Amino acid sequence: MVKRGYRKERLDRGIKARSDDIFAIASWRETLYLILPRAAVIVSLLAFPLLKDVLGHYWQNVMLITCTIALLALSWDLLASVGLVSLGQALFFGVGAYLAGFLSRTFGWTPLLTIPASTVAGALLCTAILFPVLRLRGIYFGLITFALPLLMMRMIEATKILGGTEGLSGLPPLPDITFELYLVITAALVCAFGFKRLMDTDYGLVLRAIRDNDRSVLASGINIQWYKAQAVFIAALPGTFAGAFLTHHYQFVGMPAFALDFSILPLTSVVIGGAGTFAGAVLGAFILVPLSEVLRAFGTLRVVIYCSFLIIFTIGLPEGIFRFIERKYHQFERVVPLEEVRA
Amino acid sequence: MRTDPILRVCNLSKRFGGVNAVYDVSFYLYEGETLGIIGPNGSGKSTLINLITGFVKPDSGKVYFRGRDITGITPDKAVSLGIARSFQLVRPFYNMAVYKNLVIPLYSPRVRKLKGGKYGDRDEVAIHLLEEVGFERDSQVPFKTAGTLPHGYMKRLELARCLSLQPEVVILDELFSGMSMSEIASMLPLLEKINREEGRTLIMVEHRLRELFRVVGKVIVLNFGMKIAEGTPAEVMEVEEVRKAYLGSEVEAGA
Ligand SMILES: Nc1ncnc2c1ncn2[C@@H]1O[C@H](COP(=O)(O)OP(=O)(O)OP(=O)(O)O)[C@@H](O)[C@H]1O
Ligand SMILES: [Mg+2]
Repeated sequence: MVKRGYRKERLDRGIKARSDDIFAIASWRETLYLILPRAAVIVSLLAFPLLKDVLGHYWQNVMLITCTIALLALSWDLLASVGLVSLGQALFFGVGAYLAGFLSRTFGWTPLLTIPASTVAGALLCTAILFPVLRLRGIYFGLITFALPLLMMRMIEATKILGGTEGLSGLPPLPDITFELYLVITAALVCAFGFKRLMDTDYGLVLRAIRDNDRSVLASGINIQWYKAQAVFIAALPGTFAGAFLTHHYQFVGMPAFALDFSILPLTSVVIGGAGTFAGAVLGAFILVPLSEVLRAFGTLRVVIYCSFLIIFTIGLPEGIFRFIERKYHQFERVVPLEEVRA
Repeated sequence: MRTDPILRVCNLSKRFGGVNAVYDVSFYLYEGETLGIIGPNGSGKSTLINLITGFVKPDSGKVYFRGRDITGITPDKAVSLGIARSFQLVRPFYNMAVYKNLVIPLYSPRVRKLKGGKYGDRDEVAIHLLEEVGFERDSQVPFKTAGTLPHGYMKRLELARCLSLQPEVVILDELFSGMSMSEIASMLPLLEKINREEGRTLIMVEHRLRELFRVVGKVIVLNFGMKIAEGTPAEVMEVEEVRKAYLGSEVEAGA
């Protein structure tokens, strides 16, 4: 007796444009195929602030926090690309946040001035703080970054500078929520695409090389400390921006700016979304932050559910959600008849 | 009257724990010369190179480059001055395409300065360099990830990295090890070209004496970290201590 069966077959789409170096886009269909997912993300994000009547204040705020965490996650991912594993993204956040508070309290500057100023000055400050420990690798660097935000927090408490435990309140706000949303969404998009682009240049190649094999980079005549410092500066920018931004959103800055949340949430976002892709960092934040908001309804169970979710995803999809989706998008399945099977 | 030697090493010493890896070694080399460094396993050849190129800091002694004290400079500075080295134990950027491995040194301040500001198409230069060290022109090999290369080709990639830096002094640590006889034979004309035509000073550490002696005019011999002989290949192989240190086969093969 002869039986016929079918099986599923997965194929990679044979599109040249997918390869890293050769951009040979053959037709408008392939162009569309590549641009569509990016365009969809950009358009829906930019449309979000327009839906304020539908979504209400609550979800607008969730979006705002999500984008802030996404910025910190992008910052984490860039640091990781040079081999620096940060357990203390709150450092960037806190420095940016306090600088904005300080500048606006001391000089009475408008937020439109304090935000860019504290983004750049804060990133410089963070680079200076981390410079001495840049030669540390792996967990040693991680531990120092973990300790620094705690140190900052306690220092402010002990010395009572910058408002001490009270913090600085009554700071000037940004124009309105729509403006805020557009500002932070644009920042996240520029950062995500910009970082991706940066890592594809020869400069980015050098950064990746430092992560993989610093001996050969040194023997290639490149000063590793200097390049790591540059990477820290670039990576700190979205972090300090996020801090300065939220300071003016809340019109307040206090010790919670150095809180553990701002270190852990970005880190877990990248782990869930997939490291090294930048899009993964954003995706992770867009899953985790709203999830943790929704879970507030569950009271104490929130942490249990949240953590289970984390564990399931890290074990089930160690490559990260983004890489998984990317792979699926570039593959298509078809059903093919099996060779004749004799039963 | 000649000018300063391009490289002068004075009484260099380095201890690791209780071991004198390099002990009181001195030598000098003029621009365009070739030097072989030989000695049994563990005699301090690689350490001597590490001391010169800044990968290891000496306990005592001095290194001069064109008369300038460069003792204990950082490896990237050494490259900027024009001293390029290969490693005995190759470690390319495994996950990158082979030619992308060369984009890193091509991005270095030294190369960018020599090329005067903007340095256009590094990819093209990289592929050209690979051809020069013996990667076939039309093959797909340069586009594969470096981790998949056979060992002999990783060695060639190391050499290509050195050459990409347009060095004045090229230091090759056991380039020939892991290469077949015919592979080595194909490298010899290239090494000669680097030295004679391009005028680069060449230092080679080798165990393959016969092939080494076809390239270098001068040899120093290390044993237990100490320099025990110096001279032309023929001269050093006459020295009793050298013959004893090598004890047999390799001397026979080389002499
Ligand atoms: N980083 C290090 N730490 C401790 N000991 C070392 C280190 N590097 C080298 N040594 C020791 O120094 C001595 C000289 O080693 P070196 O690698 O320079 O020898 P070599 O002449 O290059 O040998 P080979 O021909 O096997 O490459 C050896 O005893 C080695 O164990
Ligand atoms: Mg050695």
